[in-house]
Amino acid sequence: MDFVVVQALTGLAGASSLFLVAAGLTVIFGVTRVVNFAHGSLYMLGAYIGWSILTRLPRDPAWFAAGVLLAALATAALGALLEMGLLRRIYRAPELLQLLATFGVVLMVQDAALYLWGPDELTLPRPPWLRGFVAVAGSRFPLFDLVLIGVGPLVLGLLWLLLARTRFGVLLRAATQDREMVAALGVDQTVLFTVVFALGAGLAGLGGVLSLPDGSANLHIDLDVITDAFVVVVVGGMGSLPGAFLAALLIGELQAFGIVLLPKITLVLVFLVMAVVLVFRPHGLLGRPQAVARGAAEALALVRPAVPALRWLGLAVLALALAAPLFAGPYLLSVLTEMLVAVLFAASLHFMMGPGGMASFGHAAWFGIGAYAAALATHALAAPMPAGLLLAPLAAGAAAGLFGWFIVRLSGVYLAMLTLAFAQIVWAVVFQWDAVTGGDNGILGVWPARWAGDPRVYYLLALALCGGAAMLLRRVLYAPFGYALRATRDSPLRAEAIGLHAGRIRLAAFALAGAAAGLAGGVFAYAKGSVFPTYIAVGHSVDALVAVLLGGVQTIAGPVVGALAYTALFDALLTTSFWRFKLGAFIVLLVLFFPAGIAGAAQRLWERGRPA
Amino acid sequence: MLAVEELHSFYGRAHILQGVSFAVAPGAVLVLLGRNGAGKSTTMKSLIGLVRPARGRIRLAGADIAGWEPHRIARAGLGYVPEERRIFTELTVLENLEVGRQPARDGRPAWTPEALFALFPNLAELRHRPGGRMSGGEQQMLTIARTLMGNPRLLLLDEPSEGLAPVILEQMAHAILALKAQGVTVLLAEQNLHFAARVADAATVIETGRIVWAGSMAALQADEAARRAHLQV
Ligand SMILES: Nc1ncnc2c1ncn2[C@@H]1O[C@H](COP(=O)(O)OP(=O)(O)OP(=O)(O)O)[C@@H](O)[C@H]1O
Ligand SMILES: [Mg+2]
Repeated sequence: MDFVVVQALTGLAGASSLFLVAAGLTVIFGVTRVVNFAHGSLYMLGAYIGWSILTRLPRDPAWFAAGVLLAALATAALGALLEMGLLRRIYRAPELLQLLATFGVVLMVQDAALYLWGPDELTLPRPPWLRGFVAVAGSRFPLFDLVLIGVGPLVLGLLWLLLARTRFGVLLRAATQDREMVAALGVDQTVLFTVVFALGAGLAGLGGVLSLPDGSANLHIDLDVITDAFVVVVVGGMGSLPGAFLAALLIGELQAFGIVLLPKITLVLVFLVMAVVLVFRPHGLLGRPQAVARGAAEALALVRPAVPALRWLGLAVLALALAAPLFAGPYLLSVLTEMLVAVLFAASLHFMMGPGGMASFGHAAWFGIGAYAAALATHALAAPMPAGLLLAPLAAGAAAGLFGWFIVRLSGVYLAMLTLAFAQIVWAVVFQWDAVTGGDNGILGVWPARWAGDPRVYYLLALALCGGAAMLLRRVLYAPFGYALRATRDSPLRAEAIGLHAGRIRLAAFALAGAAAGLAGGVFAYAKGSVFPTYIAVGHSVDALVAVLLGGVQTIAGPVVGALAYTALFDALLTTSFWRFKLGAFIVLLVLFFPAGIAGAAQRLWERGRPA
Repeated sequence: MLAVEELHSFYGRAHILQGVSFAVAPGAVLVLLGRNGAGKSTTMKSLIGLVRPARGRIRLAGADIAGWEPHRIARAGLGYVPEERRIFTELTVLENLEVGRQPARDGRPAWTPEALFALFPNLAELRHRPGGRMSGGEQQMLTIARTLMGNPRLLLLDEPSEGLAPVILEQMAHAILALKAQGVTVLLAEQNLHFAARVADAATVIETGRIVWAGSMAALQADEAARRAHLQV
């Protein structure tokens, strides 16, 4: 019984921390409709800034409180700067581009923090009062955790007062529902949005600095925190504060008890809860359907077949690719093989994202399943390479079909978040199931069959498989299925009315995209000779997303161009110092100045040169 | 008060308003009539700035407001009441009114919730009711009251009669006439000719984005040929 009480209290403390971050994220989303990936970075900045402030202040509780508030205010100011410098310019952009831009900020902040605070974890010296305990149900419970438990409801109460009792709060709630109408009534949103963003950032910063006594400021917390915060916000219903609180309680308790009772599968459990909630309540526990769909005009743009000139260019590139083994050395060939894999990976994501309208944040799951299927086929079953390469798309396609059954019912951000959740589940399983997957160490020695051992042969095989699969996806887009898929994207109701089963079509597209990504994973596994959990990590999913958006979602050639450019850029930057900052800045500039991507911009140039 | 010249608006590539021109005199009620899809709402949205006009001029009390941001246009004195009402469903009646509140204008007294409850007595009992739990007629009154809180010089009313029961319709006509008596200028988009005749002084008829008829309300009622050509379905 005592165990239950103490664990429940620990859960409450965890819930408070979760709520602080999630509250900021959900308030920002509610009003600006921006899913702010950089929210975790603001949390991280809060922790670092808090460390810098608190280590310079006297170590008693009053100064501690003052330092915490100061750190939160500083983070709020940074948030306001971020809003004025970047987000303000992209409110009209499609959702995904906004996400991408904020991801660029994540990369930039990581390197900025590395530069300012160094690579080491920073912990706070803990004066006696911070190390204190109180007796609860016969056990010792950390005093600071009790403080945390109080902070969550306190912040909720203050936010409630702000929302219910002030004009600012009324405007904020109105804008959460229909910001266009608020503007038409004479309210200047520029100010409203900046203040909201600063408020959200301040809450993130508060969460960050309050995490210091039990943890540390380090360079990983941004992504850890953002994943947790996304889960809480999505489970609670995007834009709903009470929802965020409820979800934070649920997840906090789940984590507290899970860690003790089912330590291995806590992460899986959390994402499972999220999946179940979304299946029964597609807008989260207390969320509502979004009033106005945005970026719809962009989605209407049709993907058209290539003009003859482009076709020739494509053929020329293909010829060059075929001739590569004649002039390229083994290193270049291995780079080229990786590029082929990246092309198929991006093309498979583009397939569901562009024509299918289903943006994924967890596409790496299918890639990883394909890679592990191939690796396990080689190791556990001692199957020959062709069998492994066949198993890869089959396993990934089957998994995508299974998970897709849940996923395709949702749309927009919720869909993207559920794909992220499933990818995290897959990642957790692979990471923790040592006996089969080798855990963190991965599986080594996944070498190609002897006949394909020569890099030139394997390159040609990769070209045939990846190029062929990408071409196949392209063909499907111009087959009746492709038109039906676009119809379900553009107007689901009308598609149903003319007898299309929107759900089945979307599911089929999802599974097909998964299978193609799986094939890419399989080819990659044999090319590298090993597989690791990082193949499934969020970062890898984002790679695909960046490649697609870099190329341009609205063009068929987009993912190919994007994957090639991104791989090349990545390889070039990787060897330089602060490459994250450069890559992030590049992404941000791309979103600001070339929202249609490289292929989109080229297409526009091309069209400008000739009469319509 | 308001003069619109050669207004062109697009949705994507669809050319919806193809050179709309008309003017509303201070203190008058002008009705914009037209069949479904004629471009009435698009005209209203172009005036308030929710649709950005591609070409043309919109003069409001002297200033050319074409291309301004909606909030600036609203502050310049244009009050927009959307066809879909767009009540903030989570907010109470009083809070909905608060969102619309702007300072008084031209030395005239500012609208207060109490004054609006006198104009729309049905709302008085509902002041703490969330907007989402009101009838269609009550929502229609609330959306007008909310816009009046901005003390507009000119009120854009997009089909306020839509879906209202006869009794409520009568109250609505009363309210519009009361506003007119207080000196508020009104531009009304309508399909209900009967309702329009109750309140309007002048009429303009729009068809596929062009003005095809303009004159006094009495003249329109006398001109059966024009009504048959442009309004009846
Ligand atoms: N958001 C939109 N996107 C594209 N086309 C639109 C949009 N809204 C309206 N249209 C088109 O613009 C034209 C004019 O529409 P509008 O809403 O202005 O008509 P209306 O006169 O207000 O009709 P109603 O009496 O039905 O309200 C119609 O052909 C309509 O289909
Ligand atoms: Mg209309």
